[in-house]
Amino acid sequence: MNTHFIFWDINVWADGALRLLMITGLMTVVAMGLIYLERKVLARFHQRVGPQRTGPLGLLQSVADALKLVGKEDLRPTNADPWTFELAPYLVFIPIFLGFVVIPFVADWQVRVLDLGILYFVAASSLTIVGWVAAGWGSDNRYAMIGGLRSAAQAISYELPLVLSLLSVGIVAGTLNLNEMVQGQSAVPNIVWQPMAFFIFFIAALAELNRTPFDIPVGESEVVGGPFVEYSGIRWSMFFLGEYAGMFIMSILAGAVFLGGYEWPFGGELGRGWQVVLVGVKSSIFIFLVFWVRASMPRLRIDQLMGYAWKVLVPLSLVQVLLNGAVLVYGGPKIILTVTGLAGIVFLFWITDRAVSKPRVRPANPAMQTEAAS
Amino acid sequence: MEQANALFSNYLAVILATIVGFFLVVSALVGSRLLAPFSKEREKGTTYECGMLPIRRASTNVGVRFYLYAILFVIFDVEAVFIFPWALSFLAIGPQAYWLMVAFIAILGLGLGYAWKKGALQWH
Repeated sequence: MNTHFIFWDINVWADGALRLLMITGLMTVVAMGLIYLERKVLARFHQRVGPQRTGPLGLLQSVADALKLVGKEDLRPTNADPWTFELAPYLVFIPIFLGFVVIPFVADWQVRVLDLGILYFVAASSLTIVGWVAAGWGSDNRYAMIGGLRSAAQAISYELPLVLSLLSVGIVAGTLNLNEMVQGQSAVPNIVWQPMAFFIFFIAALAELNRTPFDIPVGESEVVGGPFVEYSGIRWSMFFLGEYAGMFIMSILAGAVFLGGYEWPFGGELGRGWQVVLVGVKSSIFIFLVFWVRASMPRLRIDQLMGYAWKVLVPLSLVQVLLNGAVLVYGGPKIILTVTGLAGIVFLFWITDRAVSKPRVRPANPAMQTEAAS
Repeated sequence: MEQANALFSNYLAVILATIVGFFLVVSALVGSRLLAPFSKEREKGTTYECGMLPIRRASTNVGVRFYLYAILFVIFDVEAVFIFPWALSFLAIGPQAYWLMVAFIAILGLGLGYAWKKGALQWH
């Protein structure tokens, strides 16, 4: 009966803690780099120069911002609910950090290989919604509360397309283990079989990360900054860090699930250095797309946002799941999936274009009309 | 003991990540506590830090449409949870498992169509 209980094994804890601390360092550096890069890339899109005064090429801009944020006064409104208000930064940040456990950075280097990695990732990272609502509710500010509710409505709506698109890739790959999924792409990356799932994933990820054009919860011109209006100083920067860490994690996930992670499709075993380069390039593509969309799209209205999730993305991703099942069960050639996926992308573009160019005239609110008549 | 070991060897990292994430936020807050100025001025505690007092608390009634979307979300998220184990095992079971899932999704699709027809998906 004296079998070894792993819970008391100090080595396991130390190994995990060391890896998590390394990830923490990486996450902080990458988040600061992303903030700098976003400003630079957006500046290029706007034909500006961007940050250039702080350090060579403005590289120290994020460091300066971080120092400023640490040194700022951290206020809590008198009316705010103390528990909810104080807990919200933890509730937003910790779930995002939990996602790093399963992310395969390079071969044989990640915190833990979980067999249900994708399920774990979506389950853990979606807990962030609780933090957003808590921040909105706890601040005792009407705009913050509306922002919190909007973010909840948006996050739960786009959760479904995100989960279903990842799942449809899981069906084709035959596994939900992220490591096995990456290794299965040593010949052909999954995006070839699932182009539409990648599109749906990209759109849903934009919405989950609250990036433009889905930044309704934090829209400055509508809800003056959303749930975080009353936060200042270091607590606000925790939300900010969480946002960019979320983008980092989502880009690596997209690279691993759709683009093949650290595998090079044209054969040959790669050294660790090249794997880092590959993962970096693949996630940079995703991040650049996010910046590009931000530079070129206006913000959606909330009815467009919810309608797009429920009427277009959810049915399409369900169809994709069933189609994958049919092709795999009856052993059809996988090329069918590519063709139908591309057709699905065309359909997605067509329906989006139709919605944009022929907006439905919304009937006037009858209550308002009778009020005007009387 | 074997099962407990398997469970913990997988999810010990998750517990650990929770702890590390918690201490990350705590250390940032402590760092700010040490570096940032703090004042006890009363007006700083008002909404927007501007001194104008808002009328009533912010926690007012919430539109019912949020509730509708929440119900729809619960239904479809449970559905997604059902699809997860199916996705890994339907190939081993064969075509009938596939057609069962088709029926399941069709029923939910009918539900979505009904909600659509009823205007529950229209934000107004």
